[in-house]
Amino acid sequence: MLELQAIILTIITASTPFLLAAIGELVAERSGVLNLGVEGMMVVGAVCGFAAAYSTGSTFLGVLAAIAAGTLLSALFGFLTLTLVANQVATGLALTLLGLGLSGIVGESFVGLPGVKLAAIYIPVLTDIPFIGRILFGQDPLVYLSFILTGVVAYLLFKTRIGLIIRAVGSSHQSAHALGYRVIAVRYSCVLFGGACSGLAGGFLSLAYTPQWIENMTGGRGWIALALVVFSSWLPWRAAIGAYLFGTVWILNLYVQPLGLPIPPQLLTSLPYLVTILALVIISANRMLTRLNTPACLGQPFVPDR
Amino acid sequence: MRRFLGLAAALALALSAGGAIAQEKIKAGWIYVGPIGDHGWSYQHNQGRLRVEQELGDKVETIFIENVAEGPDAERAIERLAREGAKIIFTTSFGFMEATAKVAKKFPDVKFEHATGILTAENMAVYNARFYEGRYVIGQIAAKMSKSGVAGYIVSFPIPEVVSGINAFMLGAQSVNPDFKVKVVWVNSWYDPGKEADAAKVLFGQGADIIVQHTDSTAPLQIAEEQGKVGFGQASDMIKFAPKAQLTAIVDDWSGYYVSRVKAVLDGSWTTAIVWGGIDSGMVNIAPFTNMPDDVVKMATETTEKIKTHQLSPFTGPITKQDGTVVGEAGKSLPDEDILSMNWYVKGIDDQLPQ
Repeated sequence: MLELQAIILTIITASTPFLLAAIGELVAERSGVLNLGVEGMMVVGAVCGFAAAYSTGSTFLGVLAAIAAGTLLSALFGFLTLTLVANQVATGLALTLLGLGLSGIVGESFVGLPGVKLAAIYIPVLTDIPFIGRILFGQDPLVYLSFILTGVVAYLLFKTRIGLIIRAVGSSHQSAHALGYRVIAVRYSCVLFGGACSGLAGGFLSLAYTPQWIENMTGGRGWIALALVVFSSWLPWRAAIGAYLFGTVWILNLYVQPLGLPIPPQLLTSLPYLVTILALVIISANRMLTRLNTPACLGQPFVPDR
Repeated sequence: MRRFLGLAAALALALSAGGAIAQEKIKAGWIYVGPIGDHGWSYQHNQGRLRVEQELGDKVETIFIENVAEGPDAERAIERLAREGAKIIFTTSFGFMEATAKVAKKFPDVKFEHATGILTAENMAVYNARFYEGRYVIGQIAAKMSKSGVAGYIVSFPIPEVVSGINAFMLGAQSVNPDFKVKVVWVNSWYDPGKEADAAKVLFGQGADIIVQHTDSTAPLQIAEEQGKVGFGQASDMIKFAPKAQLTAIVDDWSGYYVSRVKAVLDGSWTTAIVWGGIDSGMVNIAPFTNMPDDVVKMATETTEKIKTHQLSPFTGPITKQDGTVVGEAGKSLPDEDILSMNWYVKGIDDQLPQ
């Protein structure tokens, strides 16, 4: 029982950064912008979050700094790809490289310092319920935020006018423009939202997951988040399922190893990726659904023709 | 006359400048596989470089390139340092071996030092540390301190250095408690704090109450601290991250070696060598023993001292392998080649060694 609880708790912390980053990128991609710089925005969020929390002692300020840093970097991306109409793929890749380098410089004096850990919430009685108490009512605030964000994004995208506009911009920017929507402005806000979420995901790593800063601490999680967006066919709740599926297999591999089963650990470590690819293949088998949800203008530059 | 004087002065200046380059200030270069901010492997090598600057400051100028990928990039990076005039170049990862050997051929006047490798040349030395000696000590401590009799062991890749580390740890633990158990988790990374933290949580969840790592981040110790468990630091002293959880740490200390080798280049006494230093050489440094009762401190101190003075060697035969075969002569340590190529587990480890 206790062991199961430990596993579930570990899965939740492992999955949260994927979910946070994926939900932001999902919105950006829904508006038709492919930002491959998730990893870069995450790592900058991680270092700025850590630096702010360490300098001020406040994890709240740390979280804000992480969000701000991710947003700032995505603003640069927006300026290059939306205003200057640079190639999105190339700019996104450059953004990742920039983020990794920049975070190294910013974080130089913060290496090897013990950080401040984001406190988990504690509700008397509820948190003390055996087994489910810690799982449901004892997480740190960002875990709840990741689910709230998923719900809000799902609602906004599919139940409101704003969501309709975002999806229209992503499906056919020419038509949206002809209807009088400000395509570039919509895309800017979606890209900034994506940046904020990526920064937050990075902040989760350096403030809650492992409260410390070391270079490159995101360890490729941004790329996995990008893959999860495709996995989800750009549907928010599916992204959440994907993040938790990946997180679960990721943790189970660590869990199975010490049992001493005759399975090569290399195979176990690659399982999360294999499972995700498999799920991707199965989901894409339904052509109709995929075509319906794929933003048709994804990655295409838009220049208003008056 | 004035012109003549000027010419003479220029000549004298040129001569003295030439002399200065040859004798006084030399350049020393380092190639790191990771970022110097990793607080682990590359960080410790860089600490060694800083010590060289500190001790030989006016005689040496140091240069380095960090984050060099193992492979074709490495050759370019090493060659760049050689072209910039470095007289001695330290390449600090196993994967730089071929590249270092190639560049060493091209620059016969430059001295090369390759860490953890096996290739040498007239102008290429290798150096390594006997980390397994430290792991024997922490094995003994773990067996004394553990209540459940189970340790969790987080590892990176199944290379001989890591495998010999697990074995030395286990032999140390068995010398105290023959029934000691170790659970092994491979994370296939030297350095992924999140993954290492997850592995630590899983191992604690499975009944281990002490954590050992052969990965570089401080995350496992932080988890131990959080959960009121204990563990050991790796590569650097991590006590700041886990003041209540770190029992000791195996610290890589390259500074003494670097200073002595750069000095050797300065005074012309450098020759190629194969150096494998242990606790005795200071390359493997055991951090202060903390968070344990006095009798454990006493035992650990004694063992460290015995290894340091060569009264004890972790791999003293006969050793029973996992498959039941016995290696090593009684009372004698396994030869260095066998330790450097170790690809088997000792008896008692419940894990299949990935091949």
